[in-house]
Amino acid sequence: MTVTSGSKVEVRLPSRLGFEKVAMSTAAGMAKLMGFSDDRIEDLKTAVAEACINAMEHGNQMNASIPVSVVLSMKANELEVKVMDNGTGMETPPPTPDIDRKMSGEEEARGMGMFLIQALVDEAEWVSGTGTDEQSFVRLVIRMNKENE
Amino acid sequence: MNKVQTANKVSQQQLTDANGQQITCLRFAGDISSASKDAVVGTYQALDKAAHKRLLLDFKGVEYLNSSGIALVIQVLMEANKSGQTVAICGLTPHFTKVFTMVGITKYATLYSDETAALAAL
Repeated sequence: MTVTSGSKVEVRLPSRLGFEKVAMSTAAGMAKLMGFSDDRIEDLKTAVAEACINAMEHGNQMNASIPVSVVLSMKANELEVKVMDNGTGMETPPPTPDIDRKMSGEEEARGMGMFLIQALVDEAEWVSGTGTDEQSFVRLVIRMNKENE
Repeated sequence: MNKVQTANKVSQQQLTDANGQQITCLRFAGDISSASKDAVVGTYQALDKAAHKRLLLDFKGVEYLNSSGIALVIQVLMEANKSGQTVAICGLTPHFTKVFTMVGITKYATLYSDETAALAAL
């Protein structure tokens, strides 16, 4: 099978926890077709799942009737994933998780999604929309060989 | 509402380490996510803390784990730390070994590749 750069797949998920696994599997399937290594595919799966969960919880406020759109675009040596929701984006990004503060109860145990996304992919940007006619999105780029970039 | 997450399961087993000391093993299976609070935190909280001083959390059977699930593990570590219990973790995939290390869990729990390695080292 020949995989052509420029191929694109779109998935629309209800904002219901668990459906992020559909996007995760789709992303993994595309990365496998492109020849990504197993460890890069695992990085991608976690990043895509976290981006979808954030979109469902914070963007669409868990309203199952509002879909999260995921557009996956194959490029020469990388896969771009755009995860869109109807929220207005973040006013301030959450702090970098601090395990000592979490253990002492000064910081919530949750709130690691964005940190993991940034740590696992090569590029991550969050773009705020208006929430109505202009969607907010996170754009992730993962390359085949992180160590060579 | 139909569930779209795999049922998470947890089982408890008493193990004996190389020195003949008891270790309580909680084995998780299925999904560990925000829906797993009862399975992860609830199971831990149901243990008598004085009788279960050493715990091994086994993730070998886990099929899906996300940051909300990791937060539940941190909650267990937090309570165990306050209670003077020792917690070790085994059975993580190489990917989640990396993720647990990234978020700093290794500062409060030692990670072992599997149960055999954990029992030999504890």
